[in-house]
Amino acid sequence: MLRLEKRPQPSKFWNLATPVLAVVLTMIAGGLLFAALGKDPFIAIKMIFWDPLFSQQFAAYSRPQLLVKAAPLILIAVGLAVGFRAGIWNIGAEGQYIIGAICGAAVALAFFPAPGWYIFPLMVLAGAFGGWAWAMIPAILKTRFNTNEILVSLLLVYVAEKILAAMAVGRMRNPDGAGFPGSRNISQYPAASNPELIAGTGMHWGVVAAFIAVIFTYIMLHRHILGFQVQLAGQAPRAARFAGVAPARLVVLCLGFSGALAGLAGLFEVAGPARMISIDFNSYYGFTAIIVAFLGRLHPVGIVLAGFLMALTYIGGELAQFMLGLPSAAIQVFQGMLLFFLLALDVLSNYRLRLNFGEAA
Amino acid sequence: MDLSSINPVVLIAALMVAATPILLAAIGELVVEKAGVLNLGVEGMMITGAVIGFAVAVSTSNPYLGMLAALCGGAAISLIFAVLTQLLKANQVASGLALTLFGLGFSALLGQGFVGIVPPRTPKLSFGFLSEIPVLGPILFRHDPMVYLSIFLVAGVWYWLNHTRGGRILRAVGENHDAAHALGYRVLRVRILAIMFGGACAGLGGAYLSLIRVPQWTEGMTAGAGWIALALVVFASWRPWRALAGAYLFGGVLVLQLNLQAAGVRIPVEYLAMSPYLITILVLVIMSSGRARKTLAAPGSLGRPFHAAG
Repeated sequence: MLRLEKRPQPSKFWNLATPVLAVVLTMIAGGLLFAALGKDPFIAIKMIFWDPLFSQQFAAYSRPQLLVKAAPLILIAVGLAVGFRAGIWNIGAEGQYIIGAICGAAVALAFFPAPGWYIFPLMVLAGAFGGWAWAMIPAILKTRFNTNEILVSLLLVYVAEKILAAMAVGRMRNPDGAGFPGSRNISQYPAASNPELIAGTGMHWGVVAAFIAVIFTYIMLHRHILGFQVQLAGQAPRAARFAGVAPARLVVLCLGFSGALAGLAGLFEVAGPARMISIDFNSYYGFTAIIVAFLGRLHPVGIVLAGFLMALTYIGGELAQFMLGLPSAAIQVFQGMLLFFLLALDVLSNYRLRLNFGEAA
Repeated sequence: MDLSSINPVVLIAALMVAATPILLAAIGELVVEKAGVLNLGVEGMMITGAVIGFAVAVSTSNPYLGMLAALCGGAAISLIFAVLTQLLKANQVASGLALTLFGLGFSALLGQGFVGIVPPRTPKLSFGFLSEIPVLGPILFRHDPMVYLSIFLVAGVWYWLNHTRGGRILRAVGENHDAAHALGYRVLRVRILAIMFGGACAGLGGAYLSLIRVPQWTEGMTAGAGWIALALVVFASWRPWRALAGAYLFGGVLVLQLNLQAAGVRIPVEYLAMSPYLITILVLVIMSSGRARKTLAAPGSLGRPFHAAG
C-alpha cells in the first residue's frame, strides 16, 4: 500500500521539480489527446513548443508575439500570486482587465483627436484605476460584509463582459464606423497608442510594466514586512492576527494590487495589440493568468518563466490550428490539464510517499 | 414598451424551467459542502454534462439517455477533483478552478460537431384534466419530468440528510472530520461519494440547459450558472428547501429580465442581462452580513483538507 507521510517542511527540490515534471506529463497527455483527434502528436507538440521560436518559416512572425502574449499574463499573474499567497482568492482578474481597458480607452476617446504627451500617461492611470476600482468591490464586500470574494470577483467578470458589450455597441462605438460595433482604432491615434517600441521584438509599454511589476513584487515579497505578513496570513491566519496583521487591510491591499495590474494589462492591450474596444476584446488572459501564477509557484521569477511558456502555448496553438487544423479548444484543454498535473504533483513537495507491505493493524 | 404582454401565469411556469438547472447543480453542491468539501468546479461539471447530454441525446434521438449520460459524465469528471483533493491533498479552491477551466475547454472540444443542431424534444408530462385547470394547470401540471424530479431530489436530500444514518454520518464528516475519523467513519470515502453525487447533479443540470431550457449547444453556454448555483448554496444556508426557494427566486429574475427585453423596455439589453449576476452578489452580501450570518451555519470543516495522522 502506498501511504502519505506529511513532511515537516515542503521539499525544496520537489518545489522546483514539480512544474517541470507537470509540463512533461502535460506534453505526454496532450500528445495522446492530439493523437485521439487524428493529428500526429510529435508534429503537433513540435509545432506548439518549438516552431514558434526556431522554425525559419514561422519564427519571424511568432517570436515578437511571445512578448506580446506573455506581458499581460505575467502582469496579471504577479498580482494574483500575492493574493493567492495570503489566501485571498481574486479569480475575477478577467473582469478587472476588461474594466481597465474600458477606462483607459475612455480617456483616449475623450481626447480624440487632440495631440498631447500627457494623454497616454493619463490612460495608464485610468486603466490601473479601473482595474483597482473593480477589484475594490469584492474587497469592500469582503471586509465590510464578510462576503466570499471568490464568488463576487468571478460573478463580476460576467457583469464586466456585459458592460464591454454595451460599450462596444453603445457609448464607445466609432461614430465613423458605419454602424459596426467597436470603438475607434486607438492604436492609430498617435497620442494614445501603445506602439511596438523596438521594431520586430514585440516590445511595448506593457512589457516594460510587466518587468517593473515583477521586480517590485519580488522586493515586496522578499524584502519588505508586507511580504512576511502575506506569507503569514496564508499559512497561519491565527498567528498572523497575533503578529498584528490586519486581515481587512491585507484583503484591500491584495485585491487592489492585483486589480490595478490586471487593469493595466487591459489598457496596454486595448491601446496596442487589440487596437480597440470590441465585443470580443477579452481573450481569457485573466483566467489563464491563474494557471501562470500556479505554474510559477506564486514566485515572481517563476511567473516570468511560466508566462513565457503559457504564451508559447497560445502562439503555438494558433500555429497548429492554422497548419494542422487543431481545434482551438484543444489548447484550452491542454492548459487545463497542465493545472491538474501541477496540483496533483504538489503532493510530492508536501508529503513523502512511503511503501509499506503488510499493514500492521 | 408593453408590460401587459407579460403574462404572470406563463412567467411562473417559465421560471420553474429556468430555475431547474441551477437547482439541480445547487442541491448537488449542497451535499458536497455538507460533507466538508468546497468544489468550485460546478461550472465545469455543468458544461461537461451539457455537452455530453446533448451529444448522446442527438446521436440516440433519446433525451433521457442523454441525461443519463450527462449524469455519468458529471460524476466522472468530478472524480478528477476527488482524486486531486482527497487522495493527493491538493488545494480545493485551486482544484475546483482547474476543473472549471478544463471543463470549459473540454466541452468546447467535444461539442464542435454539434453546434446548430436541434436536440430531440423532451415531452411534457400530461396529468389529464389536472393540466387543464386554469392558472394552476400550466404552473403545476404541464412540465417536463425533470422539473418534478428536481423537486423530488430536494425532498430526498432533505430527508436523507436529516433522517437517515447515512445523512448523519455525512454531516458529521463535514462538521468535524477528525471526530468523525476517530469514531471510525471513512472520511475520504464519504467525501469522494459526495463529490461524485455533486458531479452527477451538476451534469444533469447542464444537460437540462442544453436539452430543454435553451435547447441547443453553444460554447460556454452555462454562462455562470454554475457560479450562481454555488452562491445559491450560501444563500440557502446549506438547507435543501431554502435552495429550492432561492433557485425559484433566481429563476424569476432570469425570466423577468428576458420578458422585459422582449417587451422592449428602454434599457439596453446588456444592462438587463447583468441583473441575475448583480442580484446574486446582492443576495450574497445580505446573507453573509450582520445578523443573518449567525444563522448561516456553514459546515465546520468546509474546505479543510483531511489527512489521517499515523
